[in-house]
Amino acid sequence: MSRIAATFARLKSEDRAALITFVEAFDPDRATSAALLAGMAARGADIIEIGMPFTDPMADGPTIQQAGRRALAGGATVAGTLGLVRDFRAGNDTVPLVLMGYLNPILSYGVARFTADAAAAGVDGLIVVDLPTEETDLMLADVRANGLDLIRLVAPTTSDARLPVVLKDSSGFVYYVSITGITGTRTASAADLARDIPRLRAATSLPIAVGFGVRTPEQAAIVARHADGAVVASALIDRMAAGLDDQGKASAALIATVLDDVTALAAAMRRERVTVLA
Amino acid sequence: MNKPIPNSLRNLPDERGRFGAFGGRFVAETLMPLILELEAAYEAAKADPAFQTEFDYYMKHYVGRPSPLWFAERLTRKLGGAKIYFKRDELNHTGAHKINNCIGQILLAKRMGKTRIIAETGAGQHGVATATVAALFGLPCVIYMGAVDVERQQPNVFRMRLLGAEVVPVTSGAATLKDAMNDAMRDWVANVRDTFYIIGTAAGPHPYPAMVRDFQSVIGTEARAQMIEAEGRLPDVAIAAIGGGSNAIGLFHPMLDDEVKLIGVEAAGRGLDSGEHAASLSRGRPGVLHGNRTYLLQDADGQILEAHSISAGLDYPGIGPEHSHLHDIGRVEYVAVTDDEALEAFQLCCATEGIIPALEPAHALAHVAKIAPAMEPSQIILMNLCGRGDKDIFTVAKHLGAKL
Repeated sequence: MSRIAATFARLKSEDRAALITFVEAFDPDRATSAALLAGMAARGADIIEIGMPFTDPMADGPTIQQAGRRALAGGATVAGTLGLVRDFRAGNDTVPLVLMGYLNPILSYGVARFTADAAAAGVDGLIVVDLPTEETDLMLADVRANGLDLIRLVAPTTSDARLPVVLKDSSGFVYYVSITGITGTRTASAADLARDIPRLRAATSLPIAVGFGVRTPEQAAIVARHADGAVVASALIDRMAAGLDDQGKASAALIATVLDDVTALAAAMRRERVTVLA
Repeated sequence: MNKPIPNSLRNLPDERGRFGAFGGRFVAETLMPLILELEAAYEAAKADPAFQTEFDYYMKHYVGRPSPLWFAERLTRKLGGAKIYFKRDELNHTGAHKINNCIGQILLAKRMGKTRIIAETGAGQHGVATATVAALFGLPCVIYMGAVDVERQQPNVFRMRLLGAEVVPVTSGAATLKDAMNDAMRDWVANVRDTFYIIGTAAGPHPYPAMVRDFQSVIGTEARAQMIEAEGRLPDVAIAAIGGGSNAIGLFHPMLDDEVKLIGVEAAGRGLDSGEHAASLSRGRPGVLHGNRTYLLQDADGQILEAHSISAGLDYPGIGPEHSHLHDIGRVEYVAVTDDEALEAFQLCCATEGIIPALEPAHALAHVAKIAPAMEPSQIILMNLCGRGDKDIFTVAKHLGAKL
């Protein structure tokens, strides 16, 4: 069983939803990302997404755009990101890692080489934002051959008729973009989720994670009531970005503050399910 | 519509929006349903004679088409070789070919019931053309423009505001055209239900490259007929400048199956080996940006590089996907011209023909000046004079050391 499938199976037995946190690789440098990855896993992140920096992240809001720019200035490359994964895996063999990024750096690295190197480094799944179902044949065979999950984005604009098309080749989990918009901006309401998630449930047996606009422990708890996972990205990056020093570096104290947020998110999501059961 | 001819180069893209290995639809799922809706709406409009009639009406009475075909006699004599003709799209309303596409797209937006228009712009020509049609049809309009370009192009910013558009300075990335396009896409993702995105060049996700080409093909269709009327035959060479490539594909597409040598002129900026140019075909390699697979300026790790050209309209690190295809199959020859060569051609055009060209077609003219003297007087060059140079006088003055 893949790490992603094993994680969701375990969470199901614990009757709780996954906390999925996000680290932009090399933001602002490699050491900070390595510390965040290890720390998040220790503080209760069930799955971690690693953003692969790109100069032109069209689906991302200002927070991740700026994180990407800091990361590229900090020396981020595709090979460097895979190195981060390898180092994390040396100390942790259970928490799934999902790479999230845009197609061009992957094409430049070579799809076959990228999927092989990612799998060897210990990556479990891929989210390629600008690779819609219609273009998936560009990567699908290599993704499959290397045992990686291809995680699909589903949006509020995805019609019922289109859902089976989008979900056809997806595995791991479904990433529900809960708003029409870019990352880190608007937030979906409980009512939105109550309306949208059952629509997805009817179309897939895969776990459903909700992202884009989930910022606080309270919002993560609301998501946990409806879905199988909540993705928190921009809020964690904002916390770090606000505390960078004059040289743009993250201190140990700042990293600890970000990790305290992860602890609070994990606690809120656990409480939520306990409340529901009670 | 005419039946497709087998083996014609004019049948692309295929049903997936591909021109050979290029094009496609590389967008986030949030936009994908919209792209499919747009494609269906465009296919329906193309099949509807009423849509073509409406387009033709605005082309004739609002844009001022057909634009003239001008025999540049003094320039021909000066260069001493092939006969040179200009297709004078600089005489269109708003002063460039951009308006052809904007009229087509806003008519489609109206058909689709969209109530808000957005666009990206570099130098501001497409922004002005979009603001113009938005005013004409009474729709609110937001133009994304790199903050650096807003500073460099104040007259066009003011024009857009006079026309009622909101101009949003974009500060993300390098704050130029590609970043403006990113932010326009982000706006579209956030306002999918009511908003129509008028892309200014023959790039972006399918169906944009085909749609923009079709609207701009009015240039080549007219020029083809005008050449036959003037000379009883087609030109030996047709030539146009290329940024994203909309004026060039508009000129070339109706002649793809003809025995006409086609030449696209990229911006070599400060030189092809200077690292400061916009020559995606000459110095880039294939990749994916802004929804399509095409030649891009990028580093070894697939990060997109900034383009440079004296002409803001050519200052883009990509190129329309159909040009990438025509490049790879060798149907069109792509060359590059430097800032300095374009400036020289700009002045040559002013002095010999009494026409102040935009810096974009000045690039095409610089290449005409290179090849015409070696050609026979019986041969013909057709050049697309796709924009007028009023917008560029400040840039040119600066480079010539003149104070305005």
